[in-house]
Amino acid sequence: MPDKNQDLIDQKLQDLNNDGVDRRGFLKCMAWAGTGLVWTMSGGIPVSRAFAKSANRSAAKGSDFTFVQISDSHIGFSKPANPDVTATLQTAINKINAMPQKPDFIIHTGDLSQLSKPSEFDTLDQVLKGASAKQVYFVPGEHDMLSDNGEQFLQRYGKGTKGSGWYSFDQKGVHFVGLVNVANLKAGGMGSLGHEQLEWLEDDLKGRSASTPIVLFAHIPLWTIYPDWGWGTDDSEQALAYVKRFGSVTVLNGHIHQIMQKIEGKVSFHTAMSTAFPQPAPGTAPSAGPMKVPAEKLQQVLGITDVNYVVSGRSLAIVDSPLASAGAAASGNGDSPEHS
Amino acid sequence: MTKKTLWLASLPAPVLIAMLLLFPGSRKLTASDHPPSANADVKIDNFVFGPQTITVPVGATVTWTNHDDIPHTSVSTEGVFKSKVLDTDEKFSYTFTKAGTYSYYCTIHPKMTGQVIVQ
Repeated sequence: MPDKNQDLIDQKLQDLNNDGVDRRGFLKCMAWAGTGLVWTMSGGIPVSRAFAKSANRSAAKGSDFTFVQISDSHIGFSKPANPDVTATLQTAINKINAMPQKPDFIIHTGDLSQLSKPSEFDTLDQVLKGASAKQVYFVPGEHDMLSDNGEQFLQRYGKGTKGSGWYSFDQKGVHFVGLVNVANLKAGGMGSLGHEQLEWLEDDLKGRSASTPIVLFAHIPLWTIYPDWGWGTDDSEQALAYVKRFGSVTVLNGHIHQIMQKIEGKVSFHTAMSTAFPQPAPGTAPSAGPMKVPAEKLQQVLGITDVNYVVSGRSLAIVDSPLASAGAAASGNGDSPEHS
Repeated sequence: MTKKTLWLASLPAPVLIAMLLLFPGSRKLTASDHPPSANADVKIDNFVFGPQTITVPVGATVTWTNHDDIPHTSVSTEGVFKSKVLDTDEKFSYTFTKAGTYSYYCTIHPKMTGQVIVQ
């Protein structure tokens, strides 16, 4: 049956990047992301496999390393959307600890705390102490900047960083850059990197081979998702211009408390779920604030992100998994069937 | 009484009233004349300052109350006033002693903006 709508959709789902992936294929992958399907781009061809619980972890086989992204723990938040954010953070850590391949490190993409209070940071540190991966890299969220422009955060997590807390490091050939886009925010604006940080970034990337996989991580999305709610970074275009020449770029963000992904050429953008509370999809609520869901559903909308780096692949495989899958017990012991 | 006041007092009432009205800076007297309210409230809810623009007289105190379940701040873009971080139900007040237009925003969620017009 001829369907005008379908024609329109088909038109939009062409292979716009000439990389063998049409949007429909991409969107199908996205629908599976929450259930533990992993996909990687290998030489421009998407390869997808489902994870089996028996941990063959095909993506991990030959994988040089894996790391986990968690985000928006908001320790100190205690409202109906989640009266115990420390418990759900603990569930996330349990899930990480249950992974057969121990992650090399954890990246926390910000909003560690709710109000930048020392007690909140202390509680976070306490929970993280129990993680299998001892190395944790942080970038601040706007909630971590509430005392003296982020002084508390810098004291605790900013060793070796510059300015408001930016830095870079290398791990097995992959270059990681932690950026801060929550400092000195201007009235009416969104996230902001600032001139000094952009200059540093340009310098930091200079001279690196274009085949070096790059991972940028920052709290607020580095692409414009929904300006009305501040979901974007005013000057990210400049930063993205600096990474344009690289063969594989992965951008990991938080802030919006839900998964959104986009591929633009060789740059993959990904935002993570929160471990504390979900937020509404753009424009579906009066504001971006904490969204209440039925208690038994909470653990399905909170989660962690596992990232696998395969040497022969051209980019990183990103797998999001909720704290508990649909139908699993609300206690969420991390034994969801789909993820190994 | 000075010589000047003696002279003024000798004028008939209607002339005095006319002089009062004509003198620059004198207040117009109207039937419904009453002093404007000295204070105003701004409610913070759903990531919005409500009302977004308020007008108050010089000397008025504006009180912001956060009804949102997320913390916010109220900070002048020109450095005139700066609230601490306001959690749910917390308040911040500022008394405006000079006329002018004061733009402010939430430093945590900068898309939230407001204005206090003081006249």
